[in-house]
Amino acid sequence: MESLVASLNSRPPHLLHDNAEENEYEGDASLAQWGSSGGFGNLMGNGVVRGMEMPRVPDPTAFLSHHTDSISSNSQAKIKLAHGTTTLAFRFRGGIIVSVDSRASAGSYIASGTVKKVIEINKYLLGTMAGGAADCQYWETYLGMQCRMHELRNKERISVAAASKILANIVYEYKGRGLSMGTMICGWDKTGPALFYVDSDGTRLKGDIFSVGSGSTFAYGVLDQGYHWDLTDEEAQELGRRSIVAAGHRDGYSGNTNNLYHVRENGWEFLGNLDISDLWYKYEEEKKTARKEKSEAAGTGGVESMQVE
Amino acid sequence: MTECSFGITGKDFVLLASDQSAGRSIIKMKSDENKIRQLSPSLCMAYGGEPGDTENFVDFVERNLRLYQIRHNIELAPAPASAYIRRILAEAIRSRRPYVVSLLLGGYDKIKDESHLYWMDPYGTKVKVPYTANGLGIYVALSTMDKYWYPDITREEAGQLLKRCIDEVKLRLAYQFSFNAVEIDKDGVREYKLDGSA
Repeated sequence: MESLVASLNSRPPHLLHDNAEENEYEGDASLAQWGSSGGFGNLMGNGVVRGMEMPRVPDPTAFLSHHTDSISSNSQAKIKLAHGTTTLAFRFRGGIIVSVDSRASAGSYIASGTVKKVIEINKYLLGTMAGGAADCQYWETYLGMQCRMHELRNKERISVAAASKILANIVYEYKGRGLSMGTMICGWDKTGPALFYVDSDGTRLKGDIFSVGSGSTFAYGVLDQGYHWDLTDEEAQELGRRSIVAAGHRDGYSGNTNNLYHVRENGWEFLGNLDISDLWYKYEEEKKTARKEKSEAAGTGGVESMQVE
Repeated sequence: MTECSFGITGKDFVLLASDQSAGRSIIKMKSDENKIRQLSPSLCMAYGGEPGDTENFVDFVERNLRLYQIRHNIELAPAPASAYIRRILAEAIRSRRPYVVSLLLGGYDKIKDESHLYWMDPYGTKVKVPYTANGLGIYVALSTMDKYWYPDITREEAGQLLKRCIDEVKLRLAYQFSFNAVEIDKDGVREYKLDGSA
């Protein structure tokens, strides 16, 4: 078994350590202190974290698939990972709106209603969380470190395209090993507002409108119908909020509260955390009164004139 | 896999067309994604397959063909380029993690003055063909191409044939696609305008 593991290990021989040496670089100072990873001894140049623990079984993918519902949708699995989300982001004249729900469910159980699904990578970059909460949190925080390293090395902020590519390259290296993330990297760089979709398949797409998660179809339904490039800031923020409320209403795995962010030239701004079902009934009430006012304004009032509409 | 691409050769040109949709399962997240990559001055690839694998595979091929060009100061002709690309696929299928990518490779050999079109699958099959389709287009448009293609087809006729194929896809497939296309000949690669197919 040991020899099998060793033969599968693709690291060059000089990088192989015994466990005892794993955290100390005394025997291998040149690696830790030279080159671009200087000072970050535990990070390899290619973006892979060295010494990351994997299940000690011949086939980690099959192991994970058997015990969790992450990649197999295996309903018998004992470990139910957090699933079900609605996240959305869109680009418009005034920047980028990022809007998400806050529910984490494990099977039919609501595990939490206060999840932060927007990860603040740095002042100018936001990442959204769908799929595995831990995977998103860990790798987007790690992305934040890499972005800071880029800043220090190049005396310039990283572009959103480059940042999202770093993340895409990382998850692609781990493809097939059970990572589960669907994320949108949003930010403002030299080119203006930029939005990328990155998922654990290794897909990376540039675009204007994305929605990710089990409630994404419902969010798209409101978002697409209300979207145009020239939205004012207020209209855009309202559209982002309304789309998440729509998804929270229709998708059982989404709901609780809405977190809203607006990315502008000088970085992102958090616009608040509001209860989705409160918002839903507020919107319903507004719809009703608007309808009433309209029919009253039409003169005749009553139901018939509404149907003629 | 909900994708669709076409390749048509004439004596001195190749047309490559591909759908432009990208998404997950039933949701279309994008309808203007370019899935045709220029690999060298007169070589293009229309690709599809496993998300993630596709982009990484095509990036890898593109960079290595560029490296060849820098080292030898000449571009790799379509035939040897096809052999190289097939070898990558064939070695990958025998590794722990294959590239699940299928592609159409279209190119113009400036030395021999020939147009080339290759069909390849993730298993490493390579076929040199005069015209072909990949993805869902196979089912509805291969017969169209069988009927209307002939060896000395002109550019205009090939353009009309491509339009027929795209029209057939729109008519008979449940999926809605938007297409883009390129034209490859002795002068290199140009975007090919598909009128009325938006």
